Amino acid sequence: MASTAQSMHDDRVARGRRSSGTSASAACIALLRRDLVLAWRRRGELFLPLLYAVIVAALFPFALGPDPELLARIAGGVLLVIVVLAMLPALESMFRVDLEDGTLEQWLLAPQPLALLALTRVIAHWLTTVLPLVVVMPLLGALLNLPVKVLPVLIVALLLATPLLVLLGSVLSALAAGARRSGILLALMLLPLAVPVVIFAAGAIAAAQAGMPFIAPLTWLAAALILAIVLAPLACAAALRIAVES
Amino acid sequence: MDTFPAPAAPLLSAHRLAFSRNDEPVFGPLDFSLGSGETVLVEGDNGSGKTTLLRVLAGMLPPGAGEIRFNGQPASRDNRNGHVLWLGHRTGMNDSLSARENLGFLAGLYGTRSGMTAATSMERVGIGAWIDEPLRTLSAGQKKRVGLARLLLSPGEVWLLDEPYANLDRHGIDLVNALIAEHCAGGGAALVTSHGAVRFADTRARHIRLAA
Repeated sequence: MASTAQSMHDDRVARGRRSSGTSASAACIALLRRDLVLAWRRRGELFLPLLYAVIVAALFPFALGPDPELLARIAGGVLLVIVVLAMLPALESMFRVDLEDGTLEQWLLAPQPLALLALTRVIAHWLTTVLPLVVVMPLLGALLNLPVKVLPVLIVALLLATPLLVLLGSVLSALAAGARRSGILLALMLLPLAVPVVIFAAGAIAAAQAGMPFIAPLTWLAAALILAIVLAPLACAAALRIAVES
Repeated sequence: MDTFPAPAAPLLSAHRLAFSRNDEPVFGPLDFSLGSGETVLVEGDNGSGKTTLLRVLAGMLPPGAGEIRFNGQPASRDNRNGHVLWLGHRTGMNDSLSARENLGFLAGLYGTRSGMTAATSMERVGIGAWIDEPLRTLSAGQKKRVGLARLLLSPGEVWLLDEPYANLDRHGIDLVNALIAEHCAGGGAALVTSHGAVRFADTRARHIRLAA
């Protein structure tokens, strides 16, 4: 009884303090909806990374010659690198438009935690720019003669590695948002951070290809992803504050 | 313990507030307070620090020296965010989205004033017909009006308006003055910057003069 009364009291105090603004979940849904509508308006732009990935995957067999075994051996690593390169250009503009039109100022003054909005932006970004790349993986795998038993491991590795890269990229993108020519800066900064992610993902794919256990590298990726989900939005929020200040 | 603010405490007050950028003083030290129902006009030439003052008060820039109090408490993200509405040169709206979509998103963050919708606020600022057009097809003055509609839609008490008269025609300037008067009559408060070239309706409003 006492604890119920106490919690009701706490609830009332919390409501009194937060008399304006909506709940954090409502704000996240509003932001997600806005970003998805915006992505749909610019679906032509979103199509470019997809087209890039398909073209590179289609050109590889022509450049290397029609040796199915060679292709099967390198397909996993090639597809991984194609995805990383295809998602790189979009990372740069993750916050730039919002910084230019003043949306970030409104984020900063909103009653919700900035890190939560940053995390929502990461999710929206992943859904709109990276998920389509993962979806076409079976097609690209077929182009490169990827063994069928490796495909599921490749997809799981991508589902763990790409959100991790977007989270790392969000921090760098926020840091570089105010800078001109931030694309080159972002690529240079992301490279050392992307290397371990690619190594673990490629390790899982290579192990699956050799018929060896592949769970360990995937678990490492999952652990890093969980860590990044907690820490990256906080770092991203701090970087966004700096970007709006300057 | 419920911590209701003392009714006498002003909504927003500054004590010896100053700001410097790279050791160059931008403004201050300033002392002023903004109570419920009050309008304060910040005047000064270009580069005198009007915008910087408003950004510091909004919480986008840390104060260099001095203190800002909100509702009698030292201002923090917890007690200030959501209660302060900022309208700057950049409206905070995406050009590819319509006014309805932009206002809907900001309502998702800041909440909605009771009885207000995106449509009624757009009607009030006189551009209800443009609500579903992408903002990029609107003129600078119409975009400014969408920014004003946003002020009507969100429930914050303190309006920080940086050059709200810019890009507006004579009717638009009258509209800004009417909206500020209504907001203050309803218990709100407004801090408005201007480079001094416009007619400010409320002759009782206090002035802060910043020197370049």
